[in-house]
Amino acid sequence: MLAMNYRGPKRVRIDEKPMPEIKHPQDAIVRVTRSCICGSDLHLYNGNVPDTRVGSTFGHEFTGIVEEIGSEVTKLKVGDHVIVPFNISCGQCAFCKQELYGNCHEANPEATAVGAIFGYSHTAGGYNGGQAEYVRVPYANVGPTVIPEGMDPDDAVLLTDVVPTGYQAAEMAGIQKGDTVLIFGAGPIGIMAAKCSWLFGAGRVIVLDKEEYRLEFARNYADCEAYNFEEMDDPVLWAKKQTDWMGADVCIDAVGAEAAGNVMQTITGRKLLLQAGSATALHWAINSVKKGGIVSIVGVYGPTDNLVPIGNVLNKGLTIRANQASVKRLLPRLIEHVQNGVINPKGLITHRIPLEDVADGYRMFSEKLDNCIKTVLIPPSARM
Amino acid sequence: MENTPEKFKHIKGWGIDADPKNDPTYPMKRRTNEEHKGYSWERPTQQPINIEVLHSNERPNVTAVFGESVPPSGLSGMIRRFAFKYSENSYLHWLPLLVADRVNVVEGIVEDFAGGKVPNIFAEKGYMAEWKHNRTGLLTKMAVVAAITAAGVMLLVRKDDDDEY
Repeated sequence: MLAMNYRGPKRVRIDEKPMPEIKHPQDAIVRVTRSCICGSDLHLYNGNVPDTRVGSTFGHEFTGIVEEIGSEVTKLKVGDHVIVPFNISCGQCAFCKQELYGNCHEANPEATAVGAIFGYSHTAGGYNGGQAEYVRVPYANVGPTVIPEGMDPDDAVLLTDVVPTGYQAAEMAGIQKGDTVLIFGAGPIGIMAAKCSWLFGAGRVIVLDKEEYRLEFARNYADCEAYNFEEMDDPVLWAKKQTDWMGADVCIDAVGAEAAGNVMQTITGRKLLLQAGSATALHWAINSVKKGGIVSIVGVYGPTDNLVPIGNVLNKGLTIRANQASVKRLLPRLIEHVQNGVINPKGLITHRIPLEDVADGYRMFSEKLDNCIKTVLIPPSARM
Repeated sequence: MENTPEKFKHIKGWGIDADPKNDPTYPMKRRTNEEHKGYSWERPTQQPINIEVLHSNERPNVTAVFGESVPPSGLSGMIRRFAFKYSENSYLHWLPLLVADRVNVVEGIVEDFAGGKVPNIFAEKGYMAEWKHNRTGLLTKMAVVAAITAAGVMLLVRKDDDDEY
């Protein structure tokens, strides 16, 4: 089968790889119909995630048709077209039982701090991902959800990560009616977080980024304010002035390790890897939120350390809430929102390209070429 | 064992101000305190361990399922085995893994050549997309790299000439 093949930082290609096999009675083999390149894939692509092995296949956002099931799979049947959450979860451990499906304790042997994620290095379990024609999907009774009749596959594939992560960012932010929400990052997750902030009753939603085309996209898609931080002397001071010198009620970090905007953070976090990515967005979020406010983190960082003003977290009495999205917990509500037209996931998609062009897709997304917001890869069998 | 008042009756005031609604983890977590029972849940069937799986030393075993992509091998595999002797709390875990990743890139190139494949770096880096959508930027980058390389070569050549005297 065709699959993306990681060869080193900023080097990927399409190759023939062996077909996946059932390895566990709860496994399913899924033929991919859509997969996406995610902003967090860029951390892998840039070589910033430890234990990213050459030969791995990335891709944690995908839908597909069930081709084969293991002997213990009872909730899916061959031929089902499914949304596959990006996190792999057993449904039996103490964490899954409390709906922390992003923190399963029975799927990632390599790191206890990290849940298992498809195609996201051995630090996230060593699974091959969905930027391929076929994928092995463990715990098929737990995560995969049959795509409701009539739902567009392009909507469905964004329910695997982008929509739940953006929604959970807003949910974790504890937004109260009338709150001012300040979101760092106008990538797909930041834009979705802006959209979802309104669902929780935000009074004002502001997005900061440095890419004008993304800011324009955010304004149109999420009906929010969007500003270019490169035009500000100091984004934190700007935020204080915008909020009558109080600070935003809620700040959301929707950027993570690839953040721009601070030379010291960029050099130490992205170039020299002396910290687990550039923490510029988180730094700004902590300093821009009001006293007693909430900082919600969905931007992804590496597993070591980051330079952030933790003293201000204490002195301002902040609450920090963060997690990988619990996709399975959120899916029923989000499917409703899509079916009722409250959220239009496929509106984020700007590029649909053949799986075979995956290297160009990564370059385009990484370098923000051709006004790229979200790229969907379509395998040959899904193009027929 | 459950955290009952009986268990803590020797501690005066235990739990008198407990407020289940004061739970900042809600709604991420439907709190049932399952973890207070320890690692005692009924585990899923164990996936057969037919390959080398490096597991964190912060857990006693390999998880019930695991990924089988790219088992450790070669020099990078030796470095990864060393890294997994240390906990996720240690730089001696993460930094060697980053080193192993870089070593693995070289191993990947050797593997390509050994298999009769010459890696097409231009295509792997997606330069076709850059050529299509950012031609000026790409040409500028290439010119800068060429100029720096030429300057470096000239410096080395001059140094070699100086050394002859």
